[in-house]
Amino acid sequence: MIGIINYGAGNIFSLTAALERVGLTYGMVNREEELDQYDRIIIPGVGHAGAAMQKLQASGLAECIHTIQKPVLGICVGMQLLTDFSEEGNADLLSIIPLKTLHFDQKIKEKVPHMGWNSVSIRNDNPLFSNIEDNAYFYFVHSYFIEYDTAYTAAMCAYGLPFSAAISKDNFYGVQFHPEKSGKAGEQLLLNFSKLS
Amino acid sequence: MLAKRIIPCLDVKDGRTVKGVNFVDLRDAGDPVELAWQYSEQGADELVFLDIAATHEGRKTTIDLVKAVARQVNIPFTIGGGINEMKDAEILLNAGADKISINSAAVRNPQLINDLAAAFGAQFVVVAIDTRYLEGQNFVHLSGGRIKTEIKTEEWVREAQERGAGEILLTSMDHDGTKNGFDNGLLKKINDSITIPLIASGGAGNQQHFVDVFQQANVDAALAASVFHYGEILIPELKNTLRSNGLVVR
Repeated sequence: MIGIINYGAGNIFSLTAALERVGLTYGMVNREEELDQYDRIIIPGVGHAGAAMQKLQASGLAECIHTIQKPVLGICVGMQLLTDFSEEGNADLLSIIPLKTLHFDQKIKEKVPHMGWNSVSIRNDNPLFSNIEDNAYFYFVHSYFIEYDTAYTAAMCAYGLPFSAAISKDNFYGVQFHPEKSGKAGEQLLLNFSKLS
Repeated sequence: MLAKRIIPCLDVKDGRTVKGVNFVDLRDAGDPVELAWQYSEQGADELVFLDIAATHEGRKTTIDLVKAVARQVNIPFTIGGGINEMKDAEILLNAGADKISINSAAVRNPQLINDLAAAFGAQFVVVAIDTRYLEGQNFVHLSGGRIKTEIKTEEWVREAQERGAGEILLTSMDHDGTKNGFDNGLLKKINDSITIPLIASGGAGNQQHFVDVFQQANVDAALAASVFHYGEILIPELKNTLRSNGLVVR
């Protein structure tokens, strides 16, 4: 069963609806003790990364996330929280994956936010992308991105520059796009996450 | 590459689809949820629901509809119509809407754009604009194009962006319903003046019109209603046509 970190950063109706569509069960994690009830954890998040980090800290869950040994998936801002730092609010984040979250503005000539369906190039047969074809399209909505990195980028996307569509390190995974809104490919990714060991 | 988006628009009233729909294999042509699912299966990139109900009872049905769509459909969708204040938008967000579109309410109270963007993020706020060309200028119109304002369309688009709109949905009332193609000249001019995505609306009659609006105006998305509902344009065929014209589609 999947535990969803419930720290008040945005609406999670779409996420829980997607989990239900693919037949996955879930519950909410409000306190550290509740982490034990689940075999994998999702960190959702929309909106402002700095504000999301403050909410995570206020929830008391920020300190324990790096200790989790089970598969963890951060989605969108939930993924950005795994990095060291975000230019959004110049916020220090969880520092689980040593990357930075940067603003698209000034760096690209394309429109910001990066909004819509973009193709994703999968690296090193990452198991999160099992049964998903290379260059499959996923739905993105974001103004900040995680830099591309040869060690931690699990899937690459290009929008004016190459950035991390997905990252992974040990049991921690993150996706910048919204699998819950990304058609069949997104649903497959959620299923893949449910099978990671 | 970021794909150009194709967006069918559904008019709903009291939880039912209003305009006739002519899909062959549809069990219930009036059920917006089934239609939405069909469109997502066909490869629509996003959906817009326009709630034309005026009554309180109708609004409640709309909330139920939003929840049902969010449960069953795996692509993003926008709800427009009847959103006049923060509370309206928040209810829709909590029901699972990905975006809301505001039109007349934003013209009457521009601060609403700032407030919505600050509370829910710019990505949640689509500012829909109905425009008509009169005596050499483009003017914003309200109430489905019936009421003219003195606001120039180009200026309002810029103001909406500055106030925090995440996207602009521009409907040319001169082209809407004509099936003679999108207003590519105006759309290009508007698109060149903004840094947020632009959705073109009004005038789609055949597949070439979509090729033209993407090639000539370089808009991010194109929206249409009847050509999709009546099966005059099938989305998989449209995507193939766009692809063969060198456009990036999903």
